Amino acid sequence: MSQATTLVLRTPEGVIFSQSLAGPVARALAWLIDVALFLAALTLLGTIISVLRLVAGETAEALGLLLYFVFSVGYGIFFEWIWRGQTVGKRLLRLRVVDAQGLRLKPSQIVIRNLLRVVDMMPLAYLVGGLACVLSRRTQRLGDLAANTVVIRIPRTSEPNLEQLMAGKYNSFRRYPHLAARLRQRLSAGEAALALQALLRRDRLEPSARLELFGSLAGHFREQVRFPQEATEGITDEQYVRNVVDLLYRPERATPAPSHSQPAAASLP
Amino acid sequence: MIIDLEKFLRNERPYWTELEGLLHRLENNPNQPFELAAVKRFHYLYERTAAGLVKVNTFASEPETRRYLEGLVARAYGEIHETRDRARLFSPWRWLFQTFPQTFRRHVRAFWLAIGITIAGVIFGGIAAAFDPDAKTALLPEMFSSHLSDPSERVAREERRPNRATAAQLSSFSAQLMVNNIMVSIKALALGMTWGVGTVVILFYNGIILGLISVDYVGAGQTTFLLAWLLPHGVIELPAVLIGGQAGLVLAGALVGWGRRLRLRARLRAITPDLATLICGVALLLVWAGLIEAFFSQYHEPVLPYAAKIVFGMVELVLLVAFLSRCGREAPAPPPPGARL
Repeated sequence: MSQATTLVLRTPEGVIFSQSLAGPVARALAWLIDVALFLAALTLLGTIISVLRLVAGETAEALGLLLYFVFSVGYGIFFEWIWRGQTVGKRLLRLRVVDAQGLRLKPSQIVIRNLLRVVDMMPLAYLVGGLACVLSRRTQRLGDLAANTVVIRIPRTSEPNLEQLMAGKYNSFRRYPHLAARLRQRLSAGEAALALQALLRRDRLEPSARLELFGSLAGHFREQVRFPQEATEGITDEQYVRNVVDLLYRPERATPAPSHSQPAAASLP
Repeated sequence: MIIDLEKFLRNERPYWTELEGLLHRLENNPNQPFELAAVKRFHYLYERTAAGLVKVNTFASEPETRRYLEGLVARAYGEIHETRDRARLFSPWRWLFQTFPQTFRRHVRAFWLAIGITIAGVIFGGIAAAFDPDAKTALLPEMFSSHLSDPSERVAREERRPNRATAAQLSSFSAQLMVNNIMVSIKALALGMTWGVGTVVILFYNGIILGLISVDYVGAGQTTFLLAWLLPHGVIELPAVLIGGQAGLVLAGALVGWGRRLRLRARLRAITPDLATLICGVALLLVWAGLIEAFFSQYHEPVLPYAAKIVFGMVELVLLVAFLSRCGREAPAPPPPGARL
């Protein structure tokens, strides 16, 4: 069965939004973190019970057994309840349990998905649950299926900082508004986003890969619209792409006057 | 066409921040309702942000902003479009005397089915005990090993040597009983995911054990001892496990979906709150049964007269039946669609 990597929801207003589904591996890692934490807590509990046994005898054993049971059954329920769908492992790996239809996660859903771990853990090491995850279209184990929940990834979101690309710099292409307009008309949204992302992530690239990528992008943009030689002379491929992105994403920005000491192209801060 | 992203972000950012603030307030204080003006504002901000998401999707394809807006719209959507029962302030009293018995009655057909399966197991176990002397050894689990000997011998031994266990030992025994029985009930519920096969096996096997032991004791002429031993805790424990089985059968019924037009997801969504209610009620009943079994059932004559134990058990049974059949009758409880088995 083909697995979806995103949960796509459509609101009654017709707005479509998606959330990335967590894969079985990420979920298994989160579970391992929770198990490690559980074992650590169990060791601590065992030590406390051993000390208590010296004074309270079998009453301490009874207490230990009850606490172990409550903790093993209630760990997931407690954390997913107070942290709105996250345990410690899920929080560390930026995963979250959400309602499969995008609605608010109910306490009853949390209880059922956690109690049904009994089946998912069969016969050992989450074999049934893992298999269900792999076979399910929404990466759901049986507990998720019964409780109508899915586990999603929480993306790291930050606003694109356009200022870092062109802050206060002169863009030689702005002297040719008709060519800028043609460029905006010819380039697709995908191409624009690709160029922007390349610039935002440029520092994470190997030097040779960076040269190759911006060479390729600049070559593609040159094919779409050819700016006069005086506007492009002496600028690198990366500067060329930066000028293009500036034109695309900030079409109404005023053109700063060129200074004598500044070259006819933008340069990185 | 590509939007002016910088201008777009500059103009829209205050609205997104405001929506985030309202969401934060709503998520952290779900029981503190908004005043009308705030509700209107919240809806406006949601629609404006959703419109912004459409713009970003259509024109700019800017992944970071899109993901941020998707997250914001998803959270607001969940709050605005949630039509299931809004969480009122949780009242343990209302839950125990209203929600739990109402839920039990809503799915009472599954409970009768659970009883039927258990009775079938009792008959099987009884016949096995009556006709095959090895049946006890073959069918009783390890924890019932004390019942492998002759019932008359055990009764004579118990009456000769009254229970001298300390309170601490009884507490430990009680805790073991609670944990074991609650786990059996959770399994009976969870195995509903096997289209009810696992639930039926658990209920049937429980019936076999009950049938084996009952026929064994009755055959040995120890009916009074059996009743005095089983009734005080059994009248709570057995129905509790049956309610666990009831929950498993309700889950199985939703999976199978016979005679219902709702889709699988809708059927499961309809029963989830009821399953949680039933299993929490079961846990509560089994805590009581565990205490009674450890601190009361294990005492026999001459310490406790059998008649008193049997009367105690019967009173408990009457109270349990009254609780499950009468409590919360006057309070309105509209059943969720498709929630009945």
